[in-house]
Amino acid sequence: MDFAFTDEQVMIAETARAFFTENATSERTRAAMAADGIDQALWQAFCQELGLSGIGIPEAAGGAGLGLVELAIIAEAAGAQVAALPLLGSLALCAQAIAAGGSAGQQEQYLPGLLSGEVIAGYVHDAALKADGDALTGEAGFVAHGGSAGLMVVTSNTGAWLVAADAPGVTVTPLTTMDQTRPFARVTLDGAQGEPLADPAAAIAAAHRAGFVTVAAEGLGVAQAALDRTVAYARERVQFGRPIGSFQAYKHRLADMVVEIEQARSAVYWAACAVDEGSDEAGLAVHAAKSFAADTAFKCAGDMIQLHGGIGFTWEHDAHLYFKRARALQSILGSGNWHREQVAAMILGEAA
Amino acid sequence: MRLGFSQAEEDFRAECADWLNAQMAGEFADIKGITTLTEKAERRKEWEQHLGANGWGCIGWPKEWGGRDATLAEQVIFAEEYARAGVPGRVNHIGIELAGPTLLALGTEEQKRRFLPDIAAGKTIFCQGFSEPGAGSDLASVRTKARLEGDEWVVEGQKIWTSLAHISDWIFVVARSEEGSKGPKGLTFLMMELGQPGIEIRPIRQINGDAEFNETFFDGARCPADSLIGAVGDGWRVAMTLLSFERGVSTLGQQMAFRNELDGIIAAAKANGTANDPLVRQRIARAEIGLQLMRYGALRMLSNTDHSKVDGAALTYKIQWATWRRNLGELAMDVLGQAAEVTDNPEYEWDMLPNLFLYSRADTIYGGTNQIQRNLIAERGLGMPREPRGDA
Repeated sequence: MDFAFTDEQVMIAETARAFFTENATSERTRAAMAADGIDQALWQAFCQELGLSGIGIPEAAGGAGLGLVELAIIAEAAGAQVAALPLLGSLALCAQAIAAGGSAGQQEQYLPGLLSGEVIAGYVHDAALKADGDALTGEAGFVAHGGSAGLMVVTSNTGAWLVAADAPGVTVTPLTTMDQTRPFARVTLDGAQGEPLADPAAAIAAAHRAGFVTVAAEGLGVAQAALDRTVAYARERVQFGRPIGSFQAYKHRLADMVVEIEQARSAVYWAACAVDEGSDEAGLAVHAAKSFAADTAFKCAGDMIQLHGGIGFTWEHDAHLYFKRARALQSILGSGNWHREQVAAMILGEAA
Repeated sequence: MRLGFSQAEEDFRAECADWLNAQMAGEFADIKGITTLTEKAERRKEWEQHLGANGWGCIGWPKEWGGRDATLAEQVIFAEEYARAGVPGRVNHIGIELAGPTLLALGTEEQKRRFLPDIAAGKTIFCQGFSEPGAGSDLASVRTKARLEGDEWVVEGQKIWTSLAHISDWIFVVARSEEGSKGPKGLTFLMMELGQPGIEIRPIRQINGDAEFNETFFDGARCPADSLIGAVGDGWRVAMTLLSFERGVSTLGQQMAFRNELDGIIAAAKANGTANDPLVRQRIARAEIGLQLMRYGALRMLSNTDHSKVDGAALTYKIQWATWRRNLGELAMDVLGQAAEVTDNPEYEWDMLPNLFLYSRADTIYGGTNQIQRNLIAERGLGMPREPRGDA
């Protein structure tokens, strides 16, 4: 029984936190929002200088080894700054899919570009995708950072393919997206040529596990940062002759945020650990984590706005960045209700 | 970071489970599955003595005081297997989890010799005398008085919510020993024997018809001058030390009992078809997730060996489980429907789930209300300025 970070994990967490706090500043994020939603310089620095992009990818496949616990640590730190990065699409979904389901040749060909940040990948899921041989026809409306992607990992419920973004039959339409730090694109495939991944089931399973954990960990980071920033404000802002943080109505709301966050923290690291250890609980844990932590992020970001009063409603304040990211975390990769229904099916059986 | 236990720990788990299951299938089968605190109290005292005689009374204590020097992980495992085997909760949990550890930390050698072996052996049952009418969670408002008369303390006053006082042997009392003192100053922490003239115990009937706690009246009750823990006037510090033991290993055992309650709801929902209702499915899923998060929250808390620092998980745990269980009680009633509102028992005794619904209204009150807990989280955990307080 040792459900606490190892010394190495503590070090990774400190490094990641320092990196994102220093570099993923509000100014840079806002500059990225005005462009394609990616802080390109930050992404290059993350992939090439920090050396953490290969976390969760086996060393044999050119990664850094380690596991989802370490990936969660990174995602939490990135989430805390609402960093404008393709961490979810490129690394958690696509690189994981290729590492788990790609042949040795596919790993060799595609992973180095993703891990170095030279290629950004978008994860395209269309349950009703039509595959005529490997000619793919279908559409997905919400591909995170799809407008910047050079490579697509395309999945249906049964198959998984690699598709070059500039291949004939591929149309990518960037969309104006509420969360400007992770804009969506619509990807349309009209007989586009796909290269099948060697083991599609393994690819999809790995992408989902890592995706759910990463979204949950980002949510944890968002929630904690929303709390931390609100706590700082509660100390300095004086109303009726007292710091507002001394009012019980205010501090009880902060306390409720802490209660949710502590549970979300347990959820994220339970899920990451359960996947890394191949535990029987892994399926339950990733659905629990994704639904719970995304809800926690939304609650805390919403409270952040309320507890800041009018300033929290302005474009100038960062609260809306957290609020929009949190809402996006709730809907991406399956709603909370969908994830809870997966849990219900595990413990109650399918509904009649 | 890892979730699992080592092979040696798993072997220990099997040893615990085998022994506990054998007892519940054999000599003590008549108390298996009891979920209230008061049912068959005398038989359960015999069970506690049986536990003690077999070395399972207080496994986390040092060997010299009747324990096993069990590691934290072993204590966690024992607590889980204890609850999983359907063994009733400990009637002496105050002695084991609060009085004993307080004596270990702050008692004299003589006090340890006098009390600890008998607590471990299940022969001395303790209850606590903290709360008073009008004081509630505000422990600094204690008005019960203790004055030294020769070589004895004489105590006057009233305590309330003294759980299981009517079946206990001893009580610890926080009393005001300095005339005119206010707030946390001038309090003394005394160990007093029950059953003496001058102590009257009146059970309080509660919402579910049971009576597990009491009003306890002190009218010239006495104890020897050396019955105090800590120094005269040092009672506040002793009480705070004691309360810090409350976030212990037993949380894991508590969760096994919660598991049984949730499993009862799952079984009922499957039996009456509400398991097909999408809203019920969502609520059951939330309850399942909440239970798992309590378990991993407790493991995180216990894995954090630096207990000196204020730990977020530890501060939030009380609100987590109390709120979760109150919601569970409401879910149980919604799943069972009106069938839950009648019982065949003419004595107003309720099955597990309706009883859970009624009893869980206490969970968000005792041990510090949810509101007090929120103040603690905000003030101690987040460093928020204190709410202005009265002139205590």
